[in-house]
Amino acid sequence: MLDEVAADTMITQTSDSLYTQLIKTAGERLSSGTTGSLDEIRKQALERFKAAGFPTVKNEDWKYTNIQPLVNQPYALEAEPISGGAAWEKARIPDLDAYRVVMVNGQYSSELSSDEEIPGLQIMPIEQAFERLCFAKYFTAYADKTDNPFVALNTASFTSGLFIEVGKNTQLQKPIHIIHVAASANPFFSQTRNLYVMGAFAEAEIIESFVTDDAAERSLSNHVTEIMVRENAKLQHYYLQVAGEQSNYLNHTEIHQEKHSLYNNYNCSFPGAAFVRNNINVRLGDSEVESHLYGIALTAGSQLVDNHTIVDHMKPNCESYEWYKNITQDTSTAVFNGKIFVRLDAQKTNAFQQNNNMLIGEKSAVYTKPQLEIFADDVKCSHGCTIGQFDNEALFYLRARGISEAQARILLIHAFAFDVTSRFANDTVRQYVEHLAEEGLQ
Amino acid sequence: MLSIRNLHASVEDKAILKGLDLEVKAGEVHAIMGPNGSGKSTLGNVLAGREDYEVTEGEVLLDGKDLLELSPEDRAREGVFLAFQYPVEIPGVSNINFLKTALNEIRAYKGLPPLEAREFLNRVKEKQKLVEFDAKLANRSLNEGFSGGEKKRNEIFQLAMLEPKLGILDETDSGLDIDALRIVANGVNQLRTENNAFVVITHYQRLLEYIVPDFVHVLYNGRIVRSGTKELALELEEKGYDWIKETVDA
Ligand SMILES: Nc1ncnc2c1ncn2[C@@H]1O[C@H](COP(=O)(O)OP(=O)(O)OP(=O)(O)O)[C@@H](O)[C@H]1O
Ligand SMILES: [Mg+2]
Repeated sequence: MLDEVAADTMITQTSDSLYTQLIKTAGERLSSGTTGSLDEIRKQALERFKAAGFPTVKNEDWKYTNIQPLVNQPYALEAEPISGGAAWEKARIPDLDAYRVVMVNGQYSSELSSDEEIPGLQIMPIEQAFERLCFAKYFTAYADKTDNPFVALNTASFTSGLFIEVGKNTQLQKPIHIIHVAASANPFFSQTRNLYVMGAFAEAEIIESFVTDDAAERSLSNHVTEIMVRENAKLQHYYLQVAGEQSNYLNHTEIHQEKHSLYNNYNCSFPGAAFVRNNINVRLGDSEVESHLYGIALTAGSQLVDNHTIVDHMKPNCESYEWYKNITQDTSTAVFNGKIFVRLDAQKTNAFQQNNNMLIGEKSAVYTKPQLEIFADDVKCSHGCTIGQFDNEALFYLRARGISEAQARILLIHAFAFDVTSRFANDTVRQYVEHLAEEGLQ
Repeated sequence: MLSIRNLHASVEDKAILKGLDLEVKAGEVHAIMGPNGSGKSTLGNVLAGREDYEVTEGEVLLDGKDLLELSPEDRAREGVFLAFQYPVEIPGVSNINFLKTALNEIRAYKGLPPLEAREFLNRVKEKQKLVEFDAKLANRSLNEGFSGGEKKRNEIFQLAMLEPKLGILDETDSGLDIDALRIVANGVNQLRTENNAFVVITHYQRLLEYIVPDFVHVLYNGRIVRSGTKELALELEEKGYDWIKETVDA
């Protein structure tokens, strides 16, 4: 009892406005019964969030990523749209032919999206999917089992989002390019919720870009995505973080894979967004599953990019492969935390993890932590981590052959990122990312 | 072509070159010999523009242009090429890509358009043959996992590709087997013209039987203390450096 009071006072003291605002709004909405079938789930989630509160740096998972200054600022819970914005175009990927989905301040925009009928593909605002069978089956099925308080908060009070279902046996001809635009004229706290379901034997590519309208005020977005990859399905999933400095992100992605499925995530962050926290959790929920997590964070200014991943081997004969590269400039910070669980049942697991860091800014920082918890005995697990600086010998060698310093740096960054970029399944996206890396170097 | 006058250079406040003079004319080959630690590689590095070395006095002119004012890349574009004593391994940068970038940046500096892909490949083939450099190596990451000899041969392959005015070979012969030595030397001889020059740093007279120098210099304690013709190299081979050190230190 005493503990609860103490926790409560701490929360109200440290982040009063947003916290109380959120609790109040969520409570009001629940009592007015506007969300219908989800009321019970949301009520429970709200209780979980209340019990946990916003995390502080005392929480191991948030040790290097202090969100208190962010949640202590005032926000509106409704966006004030900026008219005539064409910010989504900033996310254009040269030569990419894709189905386009534009989400402005978390709201699906049919006007800006390509909005075409594609056999076997359902794309709709999440609130239109509440009555669908697979929504009921997978919504909150896995993400809400984690202890991330932002997931609980999101479940309790998300206001919009996206539902995608790629039907059984459907192989999409083109990638789906989802463009998240932050474009609110007032300081905005957004909560979006996505659910993507890949039917059995379905194959798709989802590319998500994050951009900011130049006229946008600061924003904090609490974004939760649940992904179900059913038997024999294959999903290639790209995150391209190219938002502006005033945008801040808390992204939680929870993937659950069934037998013989493949999930590849390519998580790329570039200079811009001041604060980015990604939680990417992959649950290899059955045997013969394969998962790949690749990441590149090129940071600048006083940016913070924190990637927390969990690869959870639950069943035998699965393979996971994870490779993250961080390049930090100026006074920026990169965090990598990679947990690998190999449960008792998960014999013959093959798990690989590697994290390489290049500190370019003398005052930049990298925090990296591999965490392996292995309960099965017949497994192959390896992990490694390196921290280094720009190789001045290599730089001089290249310059001594007539290559400009800027070009030499680009060559060396490409070389550093090569282990990751060379794995991109989509060549057009790979070229775009290499270009962003060149642009992001100072 | 190259004119070095009273060159002083230091590393971390330690003086290494202490008043070095050298004149190299177009079409000439100069050999530089000298005991370990005398400053031979330092000279090569200072000419190529390595920033760890501070030039405290003196001047270096390349065809009248003040070399010391230029960045390493501009020196290379002006025609300076240093074949490194210890070439660096750069994983992830392909040898061929690197050469194409280098060649085209040098051409751009001279106001020339980039080489067409076909021209470039023809040139690669031609020069590979010249120094008998394995095509497989050319397509690998820059020097990654190359043997000592393969790295040296790659330096000469690059030299052949970039066709510099002034080639400085820093112990390119060390680590080469006898056949490789002959091949590399042949390559250099075929690259010799009226318009370029070579400075060959070596410990062994043997190389100079293949690449016949016009002059041989002895670098000792940061200065050129003796110059002569190729016979000087033979004399050094026979007598070592002590007799020179004695006369200098005396
Ligand atoms: N970067 C450096 N930092 C500190 N000392 C250096 C550095 N480079 C050279 N030196 C010192 O300068 C002196 C000359 O070195 P240098 O490499 O020029 O000799 P060298 O004549 O090429 O010898 P070798 O025949 O062994 O190759 C040596 O005492 C060496 O230790
Ligand atoms: Mg040397």
